[in-house]
Amino acid sequence: MADSPRTDHAAAAAQGQPPGIERSQRGSVLTYLAGLGFAIVLTLASFWAAETHLVWQPAVPVLLAALAVGQMGVHVVFFFHISTGPGDTNNFLALAFGIFVVGLVIFGSMLIMSNLDANMPAVPMDQLMKMQR
Amino acid sequence: MTVADPFTAPGEHATAVTIPYSERGPASAESVASFGFWLFLLSDVVMFSGLFAAYAVLADHTAGGPDGAKLFDRGYVLLETACLLFSSFTCGLMALAIERRSPLPTYLWAGVTFLLGAAFLGLEIREFTRMVAEGAAPSRSAFLSAFFTLVGTHGLHVTLGLAWLVAMMGQVITLGFRPIVVRRLLCFVLFWHALDIVWIGVFTIVYLGAH
Repeated sequence: MADSPRTDHAAAAAQGQPPGIERSQRGSVLTYLAGLGFAIVLTLASFWAAETHLVWQPAVPVLLAALAVGQMGVHVVFFFHISTGPGDTNNFLALAFGIFVVGLVIFGSMLIMSNLDANMPAVPMDQLMKMQR
Repeated sequence: MTVADPFTAPGEHATAVTIPYSERGPASAESVASFGFWLFLLSDVVMFSGLFAAYAVLADHTAGGPDGAKLFDRGYVLLETACLLFSSFTCGLMALAIERRSPLPTYLWAGVTFLLGAAFLGLEIREFTRMVAEGAAPSRSAFLSAFFTLVGTHGLHVTLGLAWLVAMMGQVITLGFRPIVVRRLLCFVLFWHALDIVWIGVFTIVYLGAH
């Protein structure tokens, strides 16, 4: 049915675009080149930020996280071609839910485990085993 | 980037408004396949988030063994990152060749993508064998168990992706650019881009986060 992604614009308008399809054929290579350029700059910035002493050291993890999130955004926009446009509602809502679950799992685990760690008495393991008997 | 954007863009809604939802009919097979695969990729990323959480919790628990700062070589990781990033780019060029239905550029960019992916995998296997030879095996500490599980699962995805790429090239040779083959190829392209996104998390949290 959908022989070519270009010829089936009516169906795309009716049900929304699937991810990974570029909307305009002209400049597609430019889109990938722009994505590659941004990704290279952000990658090099990440590796520089990890080594540098110019940045206040406790702020380095925050800087690294910001650069990583930025680069993931670049990949989503320039390689996956996901936008916030009307045809992309389904893709974008699924992505937003995915990010929500990922955040919940990672930060939830870290929060719970650090809380457990803080409240656990510092007892060597062999004594802990004796206490349980 | 706000969630409300898709609904508030003025003027762009005109095509959607003219046909009621109930009369639009089923989506094209291509839309269904790509969107379903997009959902699979998101679930795969959720699985990786569990491994990332385990690594983040266990990263400091080295049990007296070597820690990340001692084991990781950032120049080496930058090389791995470059291989995967450029393979993602050539994979995008392959997607453009597939949309034009031109076989020769498809084979060319698929070949380059395969070689760069294989180079990444080779570098990773060399890193793993070096670490195990230095006594930093997965059983040494909780940190190393988490490290090998997270990075190894990503490497396993890359391995499966390479096998998938070879299988798809076989299908293009034998079946040509049939709609079903094109759908599978586009799913592969999405899979390969997703692996690069996961790798951004790996090199940031695992390799650059070690200090």
